[in-house]
Order: sequence, then structure tokens, then C-alpha cells
Amino acid sequence: MTMERRNFLKLLGAGAGVATLGLAGCATTNKAGARKVVVIGGGYGGTIAAKYLRMQDPSIEVTLIERNDHYVSCPFSNLYIGGLMPDLSSLTIKYDQLAANHGIKVVQAEVTGIDAKAHIVKTSAGDFPYEKCVVSPGIEFRTNEIKGYDDQIMPHAWKAGPQTVLLRKQLEAMKPGGTVVLSIPLAPYRCPPGPYERISMIAMYLKQNKPGSKIIVLDANPDIVSKKGLFLKGWKKHYQGIIDYRPAKKVTEVDNKNMTVLIEGIEEVKGDVINIIPPQKAGAIAHIAGLVGADGKWCPVRSFDFESRNHPDIHVIGDSSIAGAMPKSGYSANSEAKVCATNIVAMMNGRKMTEMSAINTCYSYLSAKEAVSVTGVYRVNASSQAIEAVPGSVGVSADLSETEAMYAESWIKNILVEMST
Amino acid sequence: MRKKWSGLALAFVALVFSAAAYAVPPTAEILSYACAGCHGTNGASAGPSMPSLAGQSKVFFIDAMKKFKSGERSGTVMTRLVKGYSDEQIVAMADFFAKQKPAAQTTAVDPALVAQGKVVYDNACKRCHLENGKEFEEDTPVVAGQWLKYLQIQMGEFRDGKRKISEKKAEKVKSLTAAEWEAAAHFYASQK
Repeated sequence: MTMERRNFLKLLGAGAGVATLGLAGCATTNKAGARKVVVIGGGYGGTIAAKYLRMQDPSIEVTLIERNDHYVSCPFSNLYIGGLMPDLSSLTIKYDQLAANHGIKVVQAEVTGIDAKAHIVKTSAGDFPYEKCVVSPGIEFRTNEIKGYDDQIMPHAWKAGPQTVLLRKQLEAMKPGGTVVLSIPLAPYRCPPGPYERISMIAMYLKQNKPGSKIIVLDANPDIVSKKGLFLKGWKKHYQGIIDYRPAKKVTEVDNKNMTVLIEGIEEVKGDVINIIPPQKAGAIAHIAGLVGADGKWCPVRSFDFESRNHPDIHVIGDSSIAGAMPKSGYSANSEAKVCATNIVAMMNGRKMTEMSAINTCYSYLSAKEAVSVTGVYRVNASSQAIEAVPGSVGVSADLSETEAMYAESWIKNILVEMST
Repeated sequence: MRKKWSGLALAFVALVFSAAAYAVPPTAEILSYACAGCHGTNGASAGPSMPSLAGQSKVFFIDAMKKFKSGERSGTVMTRLVKGYSDEQIVAMADFFAKQKPAAQTTAVDPALVAQGKVVYDNACKRCHLENGKEFEEDTPVVAGQWLKYLQIQMGEFRDGKRKISEKKAEKVKSLTAAEWEAAAHFYASQK
């Protein structure tokens, strides 16, 4: 046996317990980070990754790093904008119970970088060495693609919190007979049906509170991206004459002083309240840490454990990742986090990884009492290794449904309790 | 040198195929964890219209999934999601949830209705829903301790004929009034 061959077999043996040879080959010795996982981001993905790591192996030290001391859910925040909720308190979670129940170290700090080679997360509160790192940073906006954009004048409200409150206040202050302009970016963006639910909720608010008002929708996409038939049905049933939907209208510039938006630099549209949902990219930390792919926007990952294609031992989940057929949704992030955590635990214990199985379920409200849903079960395609939907599992509701609105309420309750306890 | 290159080529082939080779098919855990987004961690539901799956009868779980799949049981998201799973995977999930500690929910119930519900239970339900609905038998589910809202929705569907009633159940419950169904829901929800 030649030396090369022997080494090769040795290498194979080393790789057998983990996923690939590449992983075994690249792993850097970092004693300070041994048995430590650092999770970045306390939203739909990060909280669940931290929890399910500890649930499956309490010997792993898990640190969750989040900039804020709380998190406000984007799902359901459209209902607040529509006036169905008095405030955002029922959509806000804290981390104390999650930390206490599962022994997770929660650190409120700003991540400034990741030294992938040395396996260290750099933050405003110091360095955190790791064996594995999970990054779940949500989204950032490509505001450079909209000239003059200022979110204090034309809120996006696409990250829940002060922006959501600002948009609602602007709607409340608008004169009756006013015009709301809402712009939708080209897909992919966070929450495919989200903009259309927002249109429904704003139209409901206008119908009830601002007689004679209308909403002009400028959609950069050639058509309604998600649940098209159901949204059109709901709009016809409830908001006839209020919604002016215009497809293939990409906003490229705004004039904050005159409250106008420009489509492709030519066509001008004026509004009293303007809600710009800008085009999006992976969260800032993904860019700082070099996790973004050739498109300059999103993070390519290995499909069954969400390990970054750019750096070993860093996993990217949620909206920032390119997760094949899975939509960028809260439920997807929750499900991806569990797959990622389960396989990190397997790897750290020298066990075989598990093929992924994940779910997405997204509810959208059309009126105060009616909602619709879209579902999907996802798996890895054996030959292409890409994440695909299991045939038959993807579908939307047959009709607008009061029962689904009740289920939606229980969904938000369950998923926020799961994230915070 | 040539040998070294062939070794590298082999390593490359191994790298490409290793993902599949080193991963086992989805386990009961990874399949079931995905359900928690709606049904709560390990099937302990925190949402009033969503049933807890923790501690549920394995036979009932499998039967319910089969009925969602065939369309015999009406549903919303479940009739679609269930099509994403093989029969074997459904059995694995049934096994996972049956092993979980039953959830303790905190529904507020009406004591007067609970007392009336006990009478309904003794007359119409007791033979199949054993021990005040806490025990299961064959395809009869655990109903004790489910959320009131969930019980009301399901009982409403039985009453309206939206959810099919088995023959043995139909015989017992066909004469129940809406008030009696409601009382039974309060009784089951009150059970810990």
C-alpha cells in the first residue's frame, strides 16, 4: 500500500462520522471553542436552533447572541397595521424563559464579524469561540436600488417594531379620501404572501376608517406572487374599488418632499402614505462574515444541515439562506433550525446525519375574520441534493375561511411560545 | 504520481456522494419536530384551536392521518401536509408523539357545564372514551385535557356532519343536543 493510499483511507475513516471529507479536512483545532455552539440572531430561526441544540444534547454549551433584548414577530404584524390589534405586545417575545428552561446563555450584543478560520465570533461584548456557529440574521434591504429612499418618511415595516408602528400612525393621520401607495419588490423577498396580506389589511382599515380612500399597489413582479386566486377573490368580495393593483411596476426612485415614487425612472405616482417594501438580501452579518454567494444577495448552503458553502462549521438558516424550494418564511426558519440543530448534534457526537424533513405553513388574513393558507413538506432530492417540495404537499386553501383564521391565531400562539420557552 | 491523482479523483467522487452515504433517512424526531410550529414543542399545544399530540394514541394518530390523506376527514392544512409523508413516516411520528408527556393546558371552563357534561359523558361517551377521556382504546383518541376551543370546533363538525362519525359513535350521540355537545366539551377540557 502506498503512502498516499493509506492517508486517503485514513482521511476516509475520519470523515465517516461526519458529513464529508471536506469537513474533516478543514476543521481547525480551537480548544477554547470545543463543545460550544454560537447562535447569531434571536428570531424565528435562532431561538429554535439554540433550543433544539440544548434539548438534544445538554452537554453542548449554547450561546445566543442578539442585538435587542426582545423580538417582534413580522408574521401577524399586518393585523396590527389593519387595526385588529391594539399594540405589538402579543407579537413580542423576550428570552429569559428560553434561557432558563434550556440553559442557553443569551448575550445582548452586536456581532461585528466572524473569524471563520479561528472559529471566533467577534461582538461588541467580546469574542466567542465556537466549534459550530449558526447564523440566522434575517434580511437587509438593498436600499441602494431605490434612489432617495428614507424609511422614516416611507416606512418599509418589513422588520416588525418601530417601523410597523410608524406605518400605522401614518395611516391613522391620513385624511379621508387619501391615497396609500404600496410597492412590492421582485421575488425572492421575505414572506411571499406578506405584501398581499398587507394590501388586504390596509384596504380593510381604509374601508372602515377613511371613506373614499384607495390603495395603489406597484408590484415589481409580473403578477401576484402567492395565493393569487384567493387574494383576488377576497379583494373582490371585500375591497371592490379600494385596491388598484398594477403589476410589473418597479419603483426605482422616490421624492420624499413631494411624496411621489418613480417607476423605472419615468412614471410618477403620488401618495399620502407610501409604504415601500425595498428589495432584499441576507442580513448584514452574512455579508460581513463572507457567507453570501455569487449573486451578492443570499447564502448558499448544503441542503441537509445548512452548512455554508463558503465556510465550514458555519450554518446559515432562515431568510438569509438559499433553501431550494422552501419559501422565506417564519415557519421555514423554524423548521430549518431544527434540521440544522439535529445534524449539528449528530456531527458533534460522531453520529450519522439525518436527511432533512421540513414544513412550511403560512396563513394570510383577507379580512378581520377570514384567512387562507399555503403549505408544503420539504425534503432533499436524492440525486440533485437540492431541497424540493414533496409532491402533493404543496397547496393553498380552497376558499377564504373563518376556521383557518382561528387556526392561524393558534399557530402564532404556538410558534411564539415555542420560540420563547 | 498517477496513483496520487487517481486517489484524488476517488476522493472527489467520495465527496460528492458522501452526503447521501453518511445521512440516514429522516428519523421520527426530525419528522415530528417540524409539526411543533403549529402543535407546540413535542406536541404540547399552546394554541386554543390546535390539538395537543403529546401522549395521543398511536392507533388513533395513524387512523386520523389516513383519513386526512384519503379525504374522509375534512381539514384545512392537514389534508395537504399529510400528503408529504409516507405510511412508514406517519407511523414513526405516531410513535414519537405517543411517547411524549401529555400537555397540561389552562382553558377556563364553566363549572356548571362541566357538571352537565359529566352526565352526558356517563350516558353517551363512557364506553369508548375510558377514564373521563384520559385513556385511549384502539382508534379512540385521548380527549381529556384538550383545549376547549379545539373540542368545540371538532364537536361542531361532528354535529354538522362535516366530520364523519363512526357507526358505534353515531348510535350514542345522534340524539345529543347542541347544549349537550357543548357541556361535554367543557367536561373534557376540565380533565387534567
